[in-house]
Amino acid sequence: MEVLLQTLIAGLLLGGLYALIGLGMTLIMGVMKIINLAHGELMMVGMYVAYVLFSAFHIDPYLSIIVVAPLLFLLGIVFQKYLINPVLRVEAILPENQVILTVGIGMVLANVATIIFSSNYQSTPVSYATTAWYLTDFWKGAPLELSLSLPWSVSFVFAIFITTGLWFFLSKTDTGKSIRATAQDYDAALLMGVNVKKMRVVTFGLGSALVGSAGCLFIPIYYLYPDLGGQFTLIAFVITILGGLGSTIGAIIGGIILGVFESLTATYLGMGWAPVGRFAIFILALIFIPGGIVSLFKKRRLAR
Amino acid sequence: MLDIKNIEVFYGDVQVIWDVSFNVKQGEVVALIGANGAGKSTILKTISGILKPKAGEVVFDGAVVHKQEPFRLIELGLAHVPEARRLFVEMSVDENLDMGALRGEARKQRAQTKEMVFELFPRLKERARQMAGTLSGGEQQMLAIGRGLMSRPKLIMFDEPSLGLSPILVREIFNIIKKIRNEGMTVMIVEQNVKQTLAAADRAYVLETGKIVMSGTGEGLLNDEHVKAAYLGV
Repeated sequence: MEVLLQTLIAGLLLGGLYALIGLGMTLIMGVMKIINLAHGELMMVGMYVAYVLFSAFHIDPYLSIIVVAPLLFLLGIVFQKYLINPVLRVEAILPENQVILTVGIGMVLANVATIIFSSNYQSTPVSYATTAWYLTDFWKGAPLELSLSLPWSVSFVFAIFITTGLWFFLSKTDTGKSIRATAQDYDAALLMGVNVKKMRVVTFGLGSALVGSAGCLFIPIYYLYPDLGGQFTLIAFVITILGGLGSTIGAIIGGIILGVFESLTATYLGMGWAPVGRFAIFILALIFIPGGIVSLFKKRRLAR
Repeated sequence: MLDIKNIEVFYGDVQVIWDVSFNVKQGEVVALIGANGAGKSTILKTISGILKPKAGEVVFDGAVVHKQEPFRLIELGLAHVPEARRLFVEMSVDENLDMGALRGEARKQRAQTKEMVFELFPRLKERARQMAGTLSGGEQQMLAIGRGLMSRPKLIMFDEPSLGLSPILVREIFNIIKKIRNEGMTVMIVEQNVKQTLAAADRAYVLETGKIVMSGTGEGLLNDEHVKAAYLGV
């Protein structure tokens, strides 16, 4: 029971971070109609920036979000404007040209990181890395012992803040609504006076900033190497498929399910099985809920 | 108010509009009628900038608009209610209306305009919080028209507003169009529902395979032998 609860807590905390990674990808997916396969690599870039800020200037990784988010926003804008848009304009045999381009961007980022930082594992040894709260510290006669790691909890809280902020932006501001409108119907958004090209650029920037921030939240609890991006691209991909392509709520639910599921496989089957579980979920989702979890809600709404 | 001068439009290498010219004057209801695939929607899309003409000019309110960024046209007072409604289905009725008033003056008067739209379509007010995708066909068309009105346009263009609606709703939609005209807006309407459209229009143009073959007053065309045979089935 103790182990199960502890596993679920760990899974939830991981899931919150996964949700943030998935959100960035699903936003880009919604507006651009492409899978951004450089997503994890953008996160890697964010992590290296946080790492440099930490090792050179002793800036706390959480604080570095202030630098990383705008930087990644700009980087995303540059990629969209000067690399992806020109490819969009070309009438190609393969409509997937832009997807292939994002793979290329990812490769270049990973290799540039290897040149600059070597392929060694790095981390930011923050002073609170192993600090944890124990249930028995607060409640002497607790029937079971649970612990909560400080950096994991802080990361989770940050993730919730950023997600709430994003929700507010998308549902309450005109720019946010315009992004959703562009995702739902490109031409209709254009007719309503939405500068759809600008929205594409902004969305790519926003998605990059989100995943870059996720990187800052991951680095105090994770390690860092140049090829780490690929793994997180796949995680983001699984989350978007599981939640439903282009759906923000889907990305949050998908992220949490994946986090909990990975945590369970890691505890009960062993660490090495977590990626296997990830792809088992991926395949099951593709077979049984091809529209993602949000499609289940929609069906219920229609049935009523 | 709207002057189309000798436009030629292509889809890739295929020419679909051949040397089309026509005009819409202030306060008029002008109809563009024709069969499926005649190029009616293509012309509307060209006016609102989704498509660019290879040759010719689109002049609206004294300004050459086909070279401008299409998202700016709505601010000039040109609204387009597209075919098949094209609502933002995963946004609420309220948000859909907001999207109609994103720029300029319309943005400032958003709340007042919305009240006006709700007066015109009380059903939309009842369903303001509902997702647009869950509305019935008639309600969706009302929302599409309402969203078009939110920009406070000088000219509003309707692309097949009666598509897929029951006869009663079709009559209601045409009544609404009459009301909009009485509000002082200029209306351009593209339809396959020829009889009702011609009855509602001051003037009309007949489009066949990308060319304008006839024009005249709505009444005149209603009594024309060619129109009768080809579109009215009498």
